[in-house]
Amino acid sequence: MSLELLLFLILALIAIASALGMLLSRHAVYAALFLVLNFATVAVFYLLLNAPFIAMAQITVYAGAIMVLFLFVIMLLGTEVLPPSPVLPWQRPLAFLLALGLLAESVYLLFFRQRLTLSLPATIDPFSGPKAIGQALFTGYLLPFEITSILLLVAMVGAILLTRKER
Amino acid sequence: MTAADFSLFLPLAVLLIWATVLLIVDLFIPKERKGWTASLSALGLALTLFLSLRQWGETASGFGEMLRVDPFATFINALLLLSGLGGVLLAYGSIRRHGVERGEYYTLLLFSVSGMMLMAQARDLILLFLGLELLSIPLYVLAAFALPRLDSEEAGLKYFLLGAFASGFFLYGTALLYGASGTTLLSGIAQAWSQAGRNLFFLVGAALILVGLGFKVALVPFHMWTPDVYQGAPTAVTGFMAAGAKIAGFAALWRIFTEALPGLAPDVTPILWALSALTMLLGNLLAIAQKNVKRMLAYSSIAHAGYILMAFVPFGVPQVRDVALAAGLFYLITYAITNFGAWAVVSALERQAGQGLELDDYAGLGSKAPALALAMTVFMLSLTGVPPTLGLIGKFYLFRSVIEAGFYGLAVLGVLTSLISAYYYLRLVVIMYMRPGEPQPVANPWLNLTWGAMAILTVLFSLIPAPLFWWASQSVLR
Amino acid sequence: MDYALLIEWTLKSLILLLVLLGGFAYLTLYERKALARIQVRIGPNRAGPWGILQPVADGIKLIFKEEFTPASADKLLFFLAPLITVVPALVIAAVVPWGPPVEIFGRRVTLQVADLNVGVLYVMAIASISVYGIVLAGWASNNKYAMLGGMRSSAQMISYELALGLAFVTAILLADSMQLSEIVAAQRNVWFVVLQPVGAAIFLIATLAEVNRAPFDMPEAEQELTAGYHTEYSGMKFALFFMAEYDKMIVVSALAASLFFGGYWGPGVERFPWLGPVYMAIKVIILLFGMIWVRATLPRIRYDRLMSLGWKVLFPLALAVAFITALGILLEQLWLVPLLSLLAAFLTSLLVTRAIWRKVYA
Repeated sequence: MSLELLLFLILALIAIASALGMLLSRHAVYAALFLVLNFATVAVFYLLLNAPFIAMAQITVYAGAIMVLFLFVIMLLGTEVLPPSPVLPWQRPLAFLLALGLLAESVYLLFFRQRLTLSLPATIDPFSGPKAIGQALFTGYLLPFEITSILLLVAMVGAILLTRKER
Repeated sequence: MTAADFSLFLPLAVLLIWATVLLIVDLFIPKERKGWTASLSALGLALTLFLSLRQWGETASGFGEMLRVDPFATFINALLLLSGLGGVLLAYGSIRRHGVERGEYYTLLLFSVSGMMLMAQARDLILLFLGLELLSIPLYVLAAFALPRLDSEEAGLKYFLLGAFASGFFLYGTALLYGASGTTLLSGIAQAWSQAGRNLFFLVGAALILVGLGFKVALVPFHMWTPDVYQGAPTAVTGFMAAGAKIAGFAALWRIFTEALPGLAPDVTPILWALSALTMLLGNLLAIAQKNVKRMLAYSSIAHAGYILMAFVPFGVPQVRDVALAAGLFYLITYAITNFGAWAVVSALERQAGQGLELDDYAGLGSKAPALALAMTVFMLSLTGVPPTLGLIGKFYLFRSVIEAGFYGLAVLGVLTSLISAYYYLRLVVIMYMRPGEPQPVANPWLNLTWGAMAILTVLFSLIPAPLFWWASQSVLR
Repeated sequence: MDYALLIEWTLKSLILLLVLLGGFAYLTLYERKALARIQVRIGPNRAGPWGILQPVADGIKLIFKEEFTPASADKLLFFLAPLITVVPALVIAAVVPWGPPVEIFGRRVTLQVADLNVGVLYVMAIASISVYGIVLAGWASNNKYAMLGGMRSSAQMISYELALGLAFVTAILLADSMQLSEIVAAQRNVWFVVLQPVGAAIFLIATLAEVNRAPFDMPEAEQELTAGYHTEYSGMKFALFFMAEYDKMIVVSALAASLFFGGYWGPGVERFPWLGPVYMAIKVIILLFGMIWVRATLPRIRYDRLMSLGWKVLFPLALAVAFITALGILLEQLWLVPLLSLLAAFLTSLLVTRAIWRKVYA
């Protein structure tokens, strides 16, 4: 087992555990922190894939900005602990059964019908450094890039519109 | 970016820039004069329509194959821009009365239209996703536009949460297709498919994309949000949303499946068949139980999504594919015209925020406001598919193409569900003419213009449908 | 793997850590002395000659102090918060180049722990992470003052991160790289503070807010919030917060020096590379003195004004400055950059003054 694989397995475990922790935690602050941990782990995945730029952007944007605001709102509202939600009596068993079905299905597809022989294209190179990413964004992906800027503008206008009090 | 690229992008660029500038200009327009904003936005849409129509007949790709101009895109763009104009008319006629007039309404509408146009033109999954979001985010806000009103807030929140969820499905599908083919370009995916052959990633990716878009066009298992959102959102928004989002969603669906995954037809056809059947059946059946006109029309719009999807079921049968698609495009026109008319009438009868929307509020309209009642009758007949209206012709073309492809069951189901729908559409007509009542329709010139023009178009095009159908059949994706 | 490389990394990290720890200890003394001088006092002078053993005495005191954990605190986060605060403050320093490459035992060694090609972004990422410690400390203490301090700091740091990021952008644009070693190398002839004085000023102001120093020390404003987010902390846990704050000051000064004040460059560095760290240290000490000076001189800003300054003044100005920088580079007329930037800053301050006057005389 190579060092990289070992690292991947450990990180994968952390990522899954933190995602589960986020889902299962009844405490909003802990759930948010688990999510931060998950984002950080994903960032390390990007690092392993030789994409440091995306890794750092992931941390800055998700862990550093969005989740801080999440925490901010959770703490400000003061509804940290969720009340135990009223569950429909048949919901849990049903969910369990469905999840089991899905698991069996995917195990069958992945391990018994070996048709997933794919050669993934080498996408490592263009994502390696800031220069390459900048070049890709401003040549090949110019249109999506510009549209994204419009999208962000619209989202901002919308958010302000919905929260501003009429004077 | 080359000059050729830019000339392809020109209509969209003009609309986007127009909307952004209007956002600033609107700040200097006083609150009582928001008509200026409305007319400026209409002007922008008209200008874009002109530029877009000038591209008619052209077939070219730009931005590294990401953006496409072809007759299909031009057709859809024209339809979307006209819907946008309809949305502005409807809004100008009603939102002030309901005390929700703000200049941003019109800019958001413009942004939404540009997102829709992007969906019709994009040949790249990333761009398609951006178009989907650019379409949706303004609509989320518009749905909640009547803000302090609870049902509007509920509509906005519900639409936002479920819509974000659906976007997630679309993104996962995109990721899988990208993983399978190494590109987000539709042409590249088709190429990878022909090399790699049937494989799980393509199947799951396509299914997830179908779910994401199925949500936007309100196909049945993904329709839950529709009645609540259509009811809670301001009527003008609902009218625009019902037409525009559907047109754009179907356009994207058509383009993705015919251009990127034509080989998937044997797998997807049964799914599409079932979706279409379920949607027609459930939409029409549930509409019967509705007492509220907005909810009834919401279910009716779900049912119509089923009919439109019908045109897409035979996409794997090469001989019929083009005819069916033309029928679908024709049906989109029919649906858009009738839809705007019907929502304009609803808006004319809506008194204060959410009042006057029950079926009983329409009683006596036949004697009080004969013209309005007549128009509404025309729309209801057209939605049912009864003779002197456009709806009949649209359904005729649809059913014919489905039968040609050999899907007899679907055609029979379509006829049967149309019969079911006659019950609730005609019930409204009966209430308007047979029951006494004191309805108080609002006489707003812009609303009158909307429903009047739409009623005339509905009848006119039913008499001479040939040019429209010719146009639609020229605009088929090839 | 190259074992020599491993040893080199370990040694460099170790030295950096020691420098930061020692720097923290003596920075406290430096600050107290400097403050005392400014306020015409003498300052600590009992422990050792001129008080140089004062930090040791402080350390011993803090270690032996009793540690309280409030009964209703969230135990786990209360314990973790000081660690989460200290670690980012230390790891940011990894990308700062302390000198030009030198030869040791025939090996070419860069005086930098990690030379990332996304160095600046790394700094942004870690800086944005460092809010968590403070917010969590405030929340876990289950104390209203602490909580308010934590909330204030998160709002403040996020707001100033925008201006800070754009100030970074000006340096990135001028150096045409995100790699800190290249940014410093690009300043061999002209320091970026000359080319982009406004960007440097924004950077200095925004970093003051980022490290929660006066006049932006809202999170721990004594008069309003007792001691802010660390109200409930004592002993070593408190010392960790203290250490994080002072280490952040050092790191931020080192970054400012690298990004705008020529880093390790100075007369004679090309001939004697070992002069590099010396110049760097001098620059850092001068910048640190600036921070202390500001603390001694300026009163604390009111909270809403702090936010207004961040969002309505610094952020638009930083946007304009980034745009001007890009414009100057695009037109290949670098002399335009400082000129137009200073003009923008002048106009901004004019507008701010007018707004204030209108308020005063209204």
